[in-house]
Amino acid sequence: MPFLVLSGISKAFGAPGARTEVLRDVSLTVEKGEFVAIVGYSGSGKTTLLNMISGLLRPDSGTVTLNDLEITGPGPDRGVVFQNYSLLPWLTVAENIALAVDQLFPNWSAAKRAQHVDHHIAMVNLSHARDRRPSELSGGMRQRVSVARALAMDPQILLLDEPLGALDALTRATLQDEISRICRESGKTVVLITNDPDEGIMMADRIVPLSAGPGATLGPSIAVDLARPRDRKALNHDPRFKEIRSRVVSWLLGEGGRPAVSVSRKLVLPDIEPEDLNVPRPLIGGRRQPRRRSEERRETVEIPS
Amino acid sequence: MTFLKKIQWDALLMPLVGLVLTLLAWQLVSGRVTPQTQADGTVEEVKSGLIQDLPGPLQTWEKTKKYIVEPFAKREELDQGVLRFTWYSLVIVGKGYAIALILGTPLGFLLGLSKNFSKMFDPIIQVLRPVSPLAWMPLGVVIFANSGKSANELAALFTIAVCAMWPTVLNTAVGVRAIPQDYLNVARVLKLSRTKTLFRIMIPATLPYMFTGYRLSLGIAWLVIVAVEMLTGRIGIGNFLWNEYNNGLYTSIVLCILTIGLVGYVLDRGMSLLERRFKSAV
Repeated sequence: MPFLVLSGISKAFGAPGARTEVLRDVSLTVEKGEFVAIVGYSGSGKTTLLNMISGLLRPDSGTVTLNDLEITGPGPDRGVVFQNYSLLPWLTVAENIALAVDQLFPNWSAAKRAQHVDHHIAMVNLSHARDRRPSELSGGMRQRVSVARALAMDPQILLLDEPLGALDALTRATLQDEISRICRESGKTVVLITNDPDEGIMMADRIVPLSAGPGATLGPSIAVDLARPRDRKALNHDPRFKEIRSRVVSWLLGEGGRPAVSVSRKLVLPDIEPEDLNVPRPLIGGRRQPRRRSEERRETVEIPS
Repeated sequence: MTFLKKIQWDALLMPLVGLVLTLLAWQLVSGRVTPQTQADGTVEEVKSGLIQDLPGPLQTWEKTKKYIVEPFAKREELDQGVLRFTWYSLVIVGKGYAIALILGTPLGFLLGLSKNFSKMFDPIIQVLRPVSPLAWMPLGVVIFANSGKSANELAALFTIAVCAMWPTVLNTAVGVRAIPQDYLNVARVLKLSRTKTLFRIMIPATLPYMFTGYRLSLGIAWLVIVAVEMLTGRIGIGNFLWNEYNNGLYTSIVLCILTIGLVGYVLDRGMSLLERRFKSAV
């Protein structure tokens, strides 16, 4: 039985009359324990899609169900790792995680909650920074705290919203490995949103490309049947990796690419009139006006995707 | 030597140069009083200078020394050390300021949280905000006219609170509106209750803005006290200033102005240190 089901999701934003459709008829099923990556263009509605799983947004039409229960609002059964970390800057690492733990496990003893917090800080290798504030941490460390907080909630599903988007390439690579290890160890179902096909292939069991908006839809699922743990260096020469990569990229650039857009605009032609300099003209009041006063033409330009 | 080098001489020297120049300019424009023996043997004081009645720096120091060297002395009701007068003023300012914060902070939160509340009351606030303390004072006196002995104090508190409240109200409202959606999303995902969201997320996130408001409010409260004391006759630094003016002792006016300025400066520095503490926490 599928664990997470999105069926026929559509979502539009904007005032009535000037609405832009962001997602059109998006359907997806995710099995329990599966790691799915949704790869797509920036601004194509990936975060909107994830927000509808987390319940922060409601779809205009269609339903999202988790474990056969329809999602109607946000809840702690879906742990979200936000793009910009969303750590509370006035709390230390431990306090940020404790906020979630204290809220969700009020029946536990204080000692057990503290132990749970410390366990998750250790899991992301931040024990040395447990009493620091987010402003004293690097971007990569902040995102690790965010992952630890989401996992400490012991959610049924983990939603990662471009978690590594703001990091430099090297930190990104390390964190990709680290997060996929943690996710595997926890056995959680994970939905990852990213704009980097390589990141999806490195981390996920299955890749679903999202076409460019407006009106984005999901493309065909592409299984990533590469053995784990995946070795970044060896993978670069793996023919299977290259094949998966080329399938994802070619769908995104081809079928899922931006439709060609043509723009038509008004052009004002310059007022130039050829003049015969051999014709004598009187010194005063002799200059003739150009006959075409700012003539207008329309021009249509096709912008390639 | 390295220690001496570390001090930024410019930062120390330049303000001193400015001070000396200001004192010189003050001396230049101020008036002088020189005793002159007349032909008939009587001694008459002759005034001279650009602004004859403005006392110069030296004259001010000599005449007001007794208020400064014994700042907490109490000789008579109207003859006390300058810091003692300041203390009376600070106490009443503290009370009025506290009222302003207690009323202003929740009001700011309501304005920031509810669009409708904001639409209803923002225009009224914008109209009441620029009203001068001198205009509120008589209203305060009328409102509390029947409160017997404490009428004066209540009127003073009312004026300070009403005038000093607005920066707190407006800054808190701005701060609440500026809470990043991310923080609120965290609260929604965790399903924090409304009270918990308010105390664990919204208030900490708004604190830096609130403290900016608190600092501006304190500045206004200190401005208002002088006017209030002049009008009500409460003992304090503003009242001292007014009395000395009526007595023609212009040196004391200068002393009061300097004291009020210095105290205001110290209050502002203190608040801005507090403010920075909260800013760095966020």
